[in-house]
Amino acid sequence: MVESDGELIELSRAMAPAGADPATLLHARFAGLAVSHNRILRCRSVDGLRIEGEETPTGARARITVEPGARLDSPVHLCFGVLPKEGLQEIISEFDIGDGARVSFIAHCSFPNAERVRHLMQARIRVGKGAQMEYAETHYHGPQGGVEVLPVAHIAVEEGGLYRTGFKLVEGAAGVVKLDYTAELAEYAVCEMDAKVYGKAHDNIVVKETILLNGAGARGLAKTRIVASDHCVSEVIGEVVGNAPFARGHVDCIEILTGPDARAGAVPKLQVNDQRAKLTHEAAIGSVDKKQIETLMARGLSEAEAIDVVVRGMLR
Amino acid sequence: MLKLEGIALSAGGKTILHDVNLHVREAEIHSILGANGTGKSTLAAVIMGLSGYRPTAGRVLFQGEDITDLPVWERARRGITLAWQEPARFEGLTVAEYLDLARRHGGNGDLSPAECLRKVGLLPEKYLRRAVDSTLSGGERRRVELASVLAMRPRLAILDEPDSGIDPLAIENIVDVIRTLARQGAAVLLITHHENVAAVADRASSLCGGTILKTGDPAAIARFYRNHCLECLHVNEPKAEEVVDG
Repeated sequence: MVESDGELIELSRAMAPAGADPATLLHARFAGLAVSHNRILRCRSVDGLRIEGEETPTGARARITVEPGARLDSPVHLCFGVLPKEGLQEIISEFDIGDGARVSFIAHCSFPNAERVRHLMQARIRVGKGAQMEYAETHYHGPQGGVEVLPVAHIAVEEGGLYRTGFKLVEGAAGVVKLDYTAELAEYAVCEMDAKVYGKAHDNIVVKETILLNGAGARGLAKTRIVASDHCVSEVIGEVVGNAPFARGHVDCIEILTGPDARAGAVPKLQVNDQRAKLTHEAAIGSVDKKQIETLMARGLSEAEAIDVVVRGMLR
Repeated sequence: MLKLEGIALSAGGKTILHDVNLHVREAEIHSILGANGTGKSTLAAVIMGLSGYRPTAGRVLFQGEDITDLPVWERARRGITLAWQEPARFEGLTVAEYLDLARRHGGNGDLSPAECLRKVGLLPEKYLRRAVDSTLSGGERRRVELASVLAMRPRLAILDEPDSGIDPLAIENIVDVIRTLARQGAAVLLITHHENVAAVADRASSLCGGTILKTGDPAAIARFYRNHCLECLHVNEPKAEEVVDG
């Protein structure tokens, strides 16, 4: 069964550049939440997962609960968008993933016509003991990038839990993006954060990922890939704090500049408060690796084609 | 097919290659033997036209055309390619895509990516979807590099120590790939330390101190390499009377 609300269809189509299949988003079988500006167009729960949504003057409030032990076979689709040229959308969400549950979310955020749009996201996430949550988020900010996107997330991963998130914005312009994610990990919990952004024109990108390894044996990875072209400015702040024995953390940042006026900065910050913890980092900023380019050129690609292959691969 | 005429290369006040004269014939497997530091990889880089390796003297001729000033990709589109000893790694690019790139942009080879992988002893079902990144071991990456050369179907393949870090059982695959390239009509310039790999060559040259000392029968060159080059103290200081161009 396919839902047929006109506005929902329009929103679903707008999600295509953000990697979504509109038909899937419209299919009534799939659990999910769709918010256009401040209107909730779809809010569907399934066995083991409850989504409660409430419209607010500037957006929506959502509470998503996964029952302990629930295993959701299909991903939960979340769509947030503003279709007019101007507007403010504030999404306040709370995720509660019960102990031992397993769930994956695919989030699409699209602002295809944006000239002056603000999208604020505030999320609080609890991943229960032994639970697993994956959150893959793809954005599309239109060709002009007239968007300010400010997502803030606080994630608590309890003992033995796993939280894996991916933020991707590689099509169109980015606009202003300021990502601020903080995860606190209990014993043997795992957190992997992965952000990929292709900045163009006058885009301004700040990615701040913080992982606090509070429990023994906790493991965290903060990984960022940014390509900055034209006049884009990017900054990556990857912070990992080892507060417990045998905690392991790694910050991995690559920023590639493909234009003479682009600027990039990286601030890896590691703090060890227990001598048995171990943290590492690697960062590379600059042009595309010469050997990669020449390897592809030795197969017949022009320099521009080779750079495109390297950049597209990295941002996948 | 390939002629190097009086090639010299200096960098940082140091002579790396000087008066290199070499002729690689059509569909010939030509091995270059030489101890570490004698300029073998530099020679490969000069022929491929890599940045920083423009000769300070001499000419590189390919099928009669002076290609000394051509960029890497233009040489590749004329049919020259290089398999690096330590190949680059690519995040997010699968082995299948990497091989397909070589096939589409290079010489339009007739072997599929799966066939190319089988030739180098890698199971397609296991490797085609893997990324060409640091999750591949050095040996696996080198074999993927060879597969990519096969996929390209070049006219001249420069293989820089393709047997380095390859387990002994897989050496036979390397030899098979070299023979396949030659059967396809390609000339192969083979840089190796392995005498049993070098034995596949039709002719061989000995590189010492940045210049070619001898060219000729591979067995004779291998003997010369064993008896003279392994103990050679002439790195970058060859004796002129030893230079014999074949």
